[in-house]
Amino acid sequence: MKAIVQSFLRHPSGMLGLVILLAVIALALTAPIFFPGDPWDTVAAPFTPPQTDGMLLGSDSLGRDIASGIAHGTRVSLMIGVISTFVALVIGVVVGALSGYVGGRVGEWLMRFTELFQTIPAFMLCILLVAILEPSIRTVVIAIALVSWPQVARLTRGEFLALKEREFVQAARCQGESPLSLIVRYILPNALSPIIVAGSLAVASAILIESALSFMGLGDPNLMSWGFMIGSARTMLRQAWWMSFFPGLAILLTVLAINLVGEGLNDVLNPRISRQ
Amino acid sequence: MTNPLLSIQDLSIVLPSSGDRAYAVERLSLDIAENEIVCLVGESGSGKSMTAHAILGLLPPRVTIDARSRVVLEGTDLTKLDDAAMRKLRGERISMVFQEPMSALNPLQRIGAQVAEALQLHNTAGLSATAIEERCIAIIDAVGLPSPRQIVRSYPFQLSGGQRQRVMIAMALLNNPRLLLADEPTTALDVTTQRQILDLIQTLQAERKMGVLFITHDFGVVADIADRVVVMRHGRVVEQGTRDAVLRHPQHEYTQALIAAVPGRHARSTALSGKTAEPLLKIEQLRKTFVSKSGLFSPPRTVVAADGIDLSIQEGETVSVVGESGSGKSTLGRMVMRLIEPDSGTITFAGQPVLGQDAAALRAYRKQVQIIFQDPFASLNPRQKVGDAIARGPMIYGASRADALKAAAALLERVGLGASAVNRFPHEFSGGQRQRISIARALALKPRLLIADEAVSALDVSIQSQVLALLAELKAELGLTMMFITHDLRVAAEISNSVVVMQKGRIVERGAPGQLFANPQHAYTRTLLGAMPGLDFFEHKLAA
Repeated sequence: MKAIVQSFLRHPSGMLGLVILLAVIALALTAPIFFPGDPWDTVAAPFTPPQTDGMLLGSDSLGRDIASGIAHGTRVSLMIGVISTFVALVIGVVVGALSGYVGGRVGEWLMRFTELFQTIPAFMLCILLVAILEPSIRTVVIAIALVSWPQVARLTRGEFLALKEREFVQAARCQGESPLSLIVRYILPNALSPIIVAGSLAVASAILIESALSFMGLGDPNLMSWGFMIGSARTMLRQAWWMSFFPGLAILLTVLAINLVGEGLNDVLNPRISRQ
Repeated sequence: MTNPLLSIQDLSIVLPSSGDRAYAVERLSLDIAENEIVCLVGESGSGKSMTAHAILGLLPPRVTIDARSRVVLEGTDLTKLDDAAMRKLRGERISMVFQEPMSALNPLQRIGAQVAEALQLHNTAGLSATAIEERCIAIIDAVGLPSPRQIVRSYPFQLSGGQRQRVMIAMALLNNPRLLLADEPTTALDVTTQRQILDLIQTLQAERKMGVLFITHDFGVVADIADRVVVMRHGRVVEQGTRDAVLRHPQHEYTQALIAAVPGRHARSTALSGKTAEPLLKIEQLRKTFVSKSGLFSPPRTVVAADGIDLSIQEGETVSVVGESGSGKSTLGRMVMRLIEPDSGTITFAGQPVLGQDAAALRAYRKQVQIIFQDPFASLNPRQKVGDAIARGPMIYGASRADALKAAAALLERVGLGASAVNRFPHEFSGGQRQRISIARALALKPRLLIADEAVSALDVSIQSQVLALLAELKAELGLTMMFITHDLRVAAEISNSVVVMQKGRIVERGAPGQLFANPQHAYTRTLLGAMPGLDFFEHKLAA
């Protein structure tokens, strides 16, 4: 564990990602301190350009503070990204572990069920689910989780299929370990590295999906989010570039940072690469 | 010896500073003459493979050759050549055969194309495509492969391990090299296949008057083919000389220890006396066929792993199951452990049927029967502390964690690792130490029957003899019954009261080791014995 942390600290792009990500998290945590007001409040004249009238990043068509919107949007984006990925990981790991460990007909049917989700275009399914269930932060999380778990399930299944034949698992079976104990103590810890990497990358794609949903007006109407800001700014792209530019930059940096961290974790947790 | 083909002087290979030692090879000097086989012998980590790679200029990144080293091939110093000149040299004047025939060939390319590539790359004579093909077919014929015209159109997966190694040798010999480097070319092969490949290399070497540097860890192989022997340890040459001088009168104590460690010296000729009426383990008419579907419309492929096996093991007896890969010996061990379910037949342990037990009975059974696997690196959970790995067994059967850990520490002490190993992870141990951990784990449940599935095959000979000695001690101390699965007849002779020879899922012969080796009844047993490397030299060790 210590060695993993140390080699991550030596991973340049992973560290860059981590620094940006920590800055983004700090922004989310401090949003109520630096921007105490409601981001929906009108605080300046509409279309105030950046760096004028005390507006750091300008204001939008209703005079709302863009900087405040971005700061509060960070909380929404990160929260949705993390919670939906967590749900997806739980479903994916359980389905994948069952399918890989039990194998046989049960495993096959679980995979057919997984493929059902993979054959439907993910974003379409998301739009459909949110539209039917009424947009709210809960439905957005559910929708994103439902389209993200199949990759995790397939990955977990693959790891389990390979690991359950390994000699240390067989030796544990001979020691009399129960199937649950085999999965939890022996197979899962050794399958964890690729799952962690996939999970970290899934957070990034969840943030993108959430932004796209909000862009289409399917986000939670009570919460300020980056996608919503870009969506409402799209008709005024030429008059007020800052309205879409800064939220877009926020999305870009956050997703990039998470991807860099994910890649870094991949290199560090993969013994064949990190040992060189 | 007046004018050596290859002369290595003061070769030092520098490892990157993060390595566990500064030099992989230190001040190595050796000569290879024309028409001579020089065996480079040593245990893993001795730097023998590095030496071969250094000759070819194929060292891994950040590993460099010390400036004072000289590697002179027929007057040219190879350490001074640039990449282009080395590329021209490789495969033309020097070629190499690797250990793993399975991974050394491109699985997606036909054999013919791969062999021809070696010729095309060095095509100075401007041969036409048909001429190249004819030469390929001729060389494949020369290495003794049947119907060469068919072989060139095959893919690697359609050939056996031995056939692939022949293809590798054909590729290496295509350009009539002056020097052949063979890096453990027979280690991954069965003993009968090994015999054929060794004969082939010897014949081809004599025909072509090549110099051969043959890297091996096996003194049996050395005794069979070497003209001269170079023994390495920790990157240094400890002894070199002619075969007879080194093998019969080893000067250095390390060489003496290595030769003494070749198993089979303490063969027991007697079967266990005072047979009890009821055997501890009784296997009757056990059958297992593996069926793998190869495609929707093609017929499934079947492999018979057990074809009516009858075997009984008395309490306190050690029975070796010997056979080549694919003989079904490992499957037999796994069926006894119920890791693989047989198709039919019965297994009886201490009077109780083993097959068809419910989960509770199976747990009770597994407490009495334990297994040690071959690969010490794969058989321990990399994320579990050694103490936990050993203590888990007793804890499952109701021991408290504190008691189980205390017992684990005592066991680790007993297998020679020290109680402090409890809190360490498997990667901190060497292969031999890990195998001791596996033994401790198996013994933690105080089993009556211990199955050792190639338990010492992956170890160096000196470590192998230590582990074998430990197993023999523990067996005597605890009154264990052992089923010892191995491909190595010498190991079988050393440890067992009784040897069972398996071929294609059948038991072809059973007997006490002394009797079996002195007077084999079945043709297959005779083939196996005849193929044993170094038989003539080590015969006195096996004689009962």
